[in-house]
Amino acid sequence: MSSAQIEIQLIASLVAIACAIPGTFLVLRKMALISDAISHSILPGLVLGFFITHDLGSPLLIVMAAISGVVTVVLVEFIQKTRLVKEDTAIGLVFPALFSIGVILIAKNANDVHLDTDVVLLGELAFAPFDRFLINGFDLGPKSLWIIGTILLISITLLIAFFKELKISTFDVGLATALGFSPVIIHYGLMSVASVTIVGAFDAVGAILVVALMIAPAATAYLLTDNLKRMLVLSVFFGVFAAIAGYWFAHWLDASISGSMTTVLGIIFLFVYLFAPKRGLISVLYRNKQQQVEVSLLTFLLHLNNHKEVNERHINHLHEHINWRRVQSKSVVDLALKNNMITIDDSIISLTEKGKNFTDKAIDYIITNDDSKIESIKEDFFLFRG
Amino acid sequence: MKPQKIAIAVDDLTVAYNYKPVLWDIDLAIPEGVLMAIVGPNGAGKSTLIKSILGIIDPIAGSVAIYGKPYDKQRKLVGYVPQKGSVDWDFPTTALDVVMMGTYGSLGWIKRPGKKERKTALESLEKVGMLAFKDRQISQLSGGQQQRVFLARALAQDAAIYFMDEPFQGVDATTEIAIINILKELRKAGKTVVVVHHDLQTVPEYFDWVTFLNVKKIATGPVKEIFNDDNLTKTYGINYKVSIQQ
Repeated sequence: MSSAQIEIQLIASLVAIACAIPGTFLVLRKMALISDAISHSILPGLVLGFFITHDLGSPLLIVMAAISGVVTVVLVEFIQKTRLVKEDTAIGLVFPALFSIGVILIAKNANDVHLDTDVVLLGELAFAPFDRFLINGFDLGPKSLWIIGTILLISITLLIAFFKELKISTFDVGLATALGFSPVIIHYGLMSVASVTIVGAFDAVGAILVVALMIAPAATAYLLTDNLKRMLVLSVFFGVFAAIAGYWFAHWLDASISGSMTTVLGIIFLFVYLFAPKRGLISVLYRNKQQQVEVSLLTFLLHLNNHKEVNERHINHLHEHINWRRVQSKSVVDLALKNNMITIDDSIISLTEKGKNFTDKAIDYIITNDDSKIESIKEDFFLFRG
Repeated sequence: MKPQKIAIAVDDLTVAYNYKPVLWDIDLAIPEGVLMAIVGPNGAGKSTLIKSILGIIDPIAGSVAIYGKPYDKQRKLVGYVPQKGSVDWDFPTTALDVVMMGTYGSLGWIKRPGKKERKTALESLEKVGMLAFKDRQISQLSGGQQQRVFLARALAQDAAIYFMDEPFQGVDATTEIAIINILKELRKAGKTVVVVHHDLQTVPEYFDWVTFLNVKKIATGPVKEIFNDDNLTKTYGINYKVSIQQ
């Protein structure tokens, strides 16, 4: 690997980490779309900052852009509070307006600089190593590495300091207010961090793809854990994995780095969405199927338990009594036989001791809803696990 | 009767949403150590009253005093159980962690919960009979269990005054009895408990103080004196005959 390659991967990874942190809270607050709005509406801020300083590397650009990000949030909330339009409509109204102001400003005044619309939309990570941070002619590495590194450091510090406040104001705004943790301050703090991060990531991945870096890792992690800290760690991991894998994917295809990173993120999400152990689509479908079978089994056993008369228990007429299709009753009978819960004597089905036991416990559980009643049968049956 | 200390004093409180008043000129003096129900029809402003006492909603007029001082000076004396539906139960966290949130108020900004807070939270879970579920993800709890977790969180606040917004909503009879027993214990320990309540039939059995509310205050006082058909009719607008057998 050349040093430029390492630098690019390092920048991409830091961008991914910096995005994953506020992204996790945006996802939990159901505000994923606001990151899309911010990422577009920071453009006029960037352009104005450039007009003032005539230097694309000036920190003032970041400040101006972050301010226009926060202005977006304020405008969206203001429009929404009038109750004349809904939140998603308000977002859809605000950010294109601000973005288009930025586009017009660039087209009118900044045609001769690197601020062109392609870069704004998609970023260009491959050029990042060319722009060096020099002090007295001494090379300290790529400028964007320093910018995103600083933003990440601030973001991590704030996260550690205000983790408890972020958690409570995300989970329960009412209690957070009552306890004196101003959720408004936390809200705008988070929005400011998100805005600054988006600005810092802008150069690398552009306005459209930065949204993927914020939302996809968090959405993926959400499917895998019940713990906020673990969700943050997993988001960061997925972000970094996508950054590095995406780089090599782009290298191999000779394609856009940011495009490849986002593609990898999409693939990871799809994979987890399908195969996550508890919340994945396949696992959910499998569990539903199992439960359906188990409910049928229980219905069948209860029927046997309730009816001592022989005609109610004849194997060939059972489906009529429980109103099932023949195939279904056959598979349920097979399942009960396999578990030694019934015996079949001369086409008449009877409950075994085990079957009787199981049915009694199941009835007990259904009536009392008491988990301790079914500890012993839990292992065999999904039905009682959830 | 000996003169009682006033725990919560509400003066001329008026709250409006979009210039439409939802609470109009409310005066209340709630004595220390009572278990009080707030009753009234839907939209009467019951939750709003609690929320404006707790500073969650800004009133357009009036003031609130907790033991003689404004609420923001007395936060640590007050515990709060919001409506169960006000939070997202899919939030990635456990029952224990939610109860720990009750201790955040005494910690203040930045300081993180430690062993002491954990111990308080575990004790609170035990009081509501939910210790066995401490590591359960909150979406995996039943409605009644979630309500108990909320109650445990308020207990972890270790307050002198508790506000509870419909703690019996959507819980089964067993849980309702468990909750009311805890509320009665709180009263026995000298705490003041204010509950938004819907089931008029249980008011005389559960509570010793009641406030009738319908945008304006209709009546407030001991259940024995004012819980009658006259006040019920005034509050609910129809000729109300609960005919409580007393």
